[in-house]
Amino acid sequence: MPTASTTEPKPAPPPVEKIRIRVDGREIEVPKLMPDWQDKLQPTTMLQACALAGIEVPHYCYHPKLPVAGNCRMCLVEFGLPMMGPDRKPVLNEDGTTKIAKQVLPYEPATPRGAIACATPISPGMEIYPGSPATKQMRESVLEFLLINHPLDCPICDQAGECKLQEYSVDYGLSGSRFVEAKVHKPKAVDLGPRIVLDDERCILCSRCVRFTKDIVGDDALGFVNRGSYSTLTHFPGKPFDNNYTLNTVDICPVGALTSKDFRFQMRVWFLKQSKSICTSCGTGCNIVIGSREEKIYRYEPRQNDAVNSCWMCDAGRLNYKWVGREDRLVKCGVRNPERGMKDASWVAALNEIADRLKKAPAGSVAIVASARQTNEELWLLSKLKAKLGATSDSVPRIGEGDRLLVNADKNPNSNGARLTGVAADPMGSILPKIADGIRGGGVKTLIVFGEDVTKHGIGADLLGKLEALIVSDILPNQTTELAHYLLPGCAHAEKRGTFTNIKGRVQKFMKAVEPRGDARPEWEFLHDLVYNVTGQNGFVSIEGLFNLMAKEVPAFNGLTWAWLGDLGVTAQI
Amino acid sequence: MIVKREKLSLWERLYLPAIIGGFKVTLRHFFRKKVTMQYPEEKWVVPQGYRGAPYLVRDQEGNTKCVSCQLCEFVCPPKAIKIIPPGPAGEIADRPNAEKMPKEFEINMLRCIFCGYCEEVCPEEAIFLMKDYSLTGTSREEMIYNKEKLLALGGVHNDRIEKWKHKLEEAKEQAAFPVAKP
Repeated sequence: MPTASTTEPKPAPPPVEKIRIRVDGREIEVPKLMPDWQDKLQPTTMLQACALAGIEVPHYCYHPKLPVAGNCRMCLVEFGLPMMGPDRKPVLNEDGTTKIAKQVLPYEPATPRGAIACATPISPGMEIYPGSPATKQMRESVLEFLLINHPLDCPICDQAGECKLQEYSVDYGLSGSRFVEAKVHKPKAVDLGPRIVLDDERCILCSRCVRFTKDIVGDDALGFVNRGSYSTLTHFPGKPFDNNYTLNTVDICPVGALTSKDFRFQMRVWFLKQSKSICTSCGTGCNIVIGSREEKIYRYEPRQNDAVNSCWMCDAGRLNYKWVGREDRLVKCGVRNPERGMKDASWVAALNEIADRLKKAPAGSVAIVASARQTNEELWLLSKLKAKLGATSDSVPRIGEGDRLLVNADKNPNSNGARLTGVAADPMGSILPKIADGIRGGGVKTLIVFGEDVTKHGIGADLLGKLEALIVSDILPNQTTELAHYLLPGCAHAEKRGTFTNIKGRVQKFMKAVEPRGDARPEWEFLHDLVYNVTGQNGFVSIEGLFNLMAKEVPAFNGLTWAWLGDLGVTAQI
Repeated sequence: MIVKREKLSLWERLYLPAIIGGFKVTLRHFFRKKVTMQYPEEKWVVPQGYRGAPYLVRDQEGNTKCVSCQLCEFVCPPKAIKIIPPGPAGEIADRPNAEKMPKEFEINMLRCIFCGYCEEVCPEEAIFLMKDYSLTGTSREEMIYNKEKLLALGGVHNDRIEKWKHKLEEAKEQAAFPVAKP
């Protein structure tokens, strides 16, 4: 097993003070303090205690990463406290146990008084009854109220299938409605901002979106207007809800009030296959779930990882998936014939030809331009090639704008991977002009380009024309792929497996969501073949084995294994 | 085993009695009511509740009732139904407050097993198993019925509830929303 040095440095946990309580008659010990939405230690709430006891208390407005509002009342539970005598000592039953006073309404002792589990702290000896008939009745009543003005237009609602109102109505609600009056109608399909459509009728006023945008993003753009049944969620007049995190409100909305314009009426959620993946739009490496059906990607959703992105991701990253399904994807392996131009070739033929060429190439005549959008494994295989051929190599830096929440200024998802495997120069991109000079001077005769359009990065078409061999692998066509002598169609991250090292050095793996287009193959697969052909070294033909081999050879990844990365990744020492 | 062949008796050897007996049966049936149905000139009366081909229907005002919720696609055991939802920039639905209707709706009648789950699951009463039992075509493509064809074959279903119309009227009555909309 890996040593502790590769995990996040954690201070020794302080001794935890525990409280004994009972949940549905079962005695458990829970910590007195637990982290709240800001990771500050606060008195443990009944909801957290029930969760520790393995019992889910239904809730709408409560979200573990948002401040507690306590307005939906869905988490009401019946509870009891140790009865205290006039001498401030617990009253005992005849058998010596503490007498519990179930909380009831004042002046109405037959009616249990529930408390909202999300905001009520526990105390020693407390008894919580999340399964009692009284709690059940409270839930039924709350749901009945919530459904009074709900339009019940599930057939046309995008949330159907992942709607908490649907789920809890089935689990805890009444079987029918007793409401005979006319429902209050509110504005439908309101344009809230460039990416969000709001259906006010469906809103249950839980205020999750309001708290998210105010407390997490810091853009106090949403609020409620009017009162009672006419309470309506809206944005500030004249100011659209357009920050870079708006689509997270769609995720946290427990009903279908906030819907994504991009995903609106595209596909019903129950058809979507969920694949765990990583967002590639910047160096943060937010954990995501790719929703796909029949080899088409429909949406990205954030996946909770408290070490990276909590429960959120930015809109720009979330909507950056459409290029994967583009019609002009490179789908054929090609070899350029001097007379007849680019011709389709089989993988075996193309790779053998490239390998023969590389084996004959004199040391120093090969240059490699890798991409920091490639996976660790692919970059490591390229570094093997580099070592064998004595090649110079670099990759292309991408610096943009970052923000204080999730967006990083480094727009490459794997800059650290490129650095750690030794493919990229330090600083990244500093060798690119030397490669250009090498081609100009005639020293560099073979150029291997992976996933970059080098014509935009200082190696123009005139220079590429001078090369004896230009070996290019890419996903989408560009000027470099047009000039290539050998064209190897690659895969988007959603079409293969691999790992990225994010800007903080966290090594995270991603899974395959859809099949590659045409003849395209994952880069690590054909790079592995190529490295074997050129160097004669055999590695592993599975991504797991390849990663484990890489982890042994790259010092920063020492001790990591594919299995140990888990779903959330491991921080390497960089 | 050897079966001994019995010699025929005189009565049997006479031959005519057996012939006459046979003709008696024939003649009896000849004068009876005919039971053969002259299909396809003569068509069978389909009983109530028969599960024939599933078609889409319009309501009495000519609106497409399907809202492309895709429940039928989900429940269909042989996966005969394929729906393409309208997407964000799709055509405006016939009933504007129903917000959406399918861009394309295909039923592969070669796959359909006429189980009726689609009709049972439909929350909008938009698909019904009709009485058509004889579906023919000259190619496989022809047997995939598209939205246009399904709507034409389905005809009109008299909707007694008219949920969406009712909702629209209710909303109009409340047009005097307490505060002017932003």
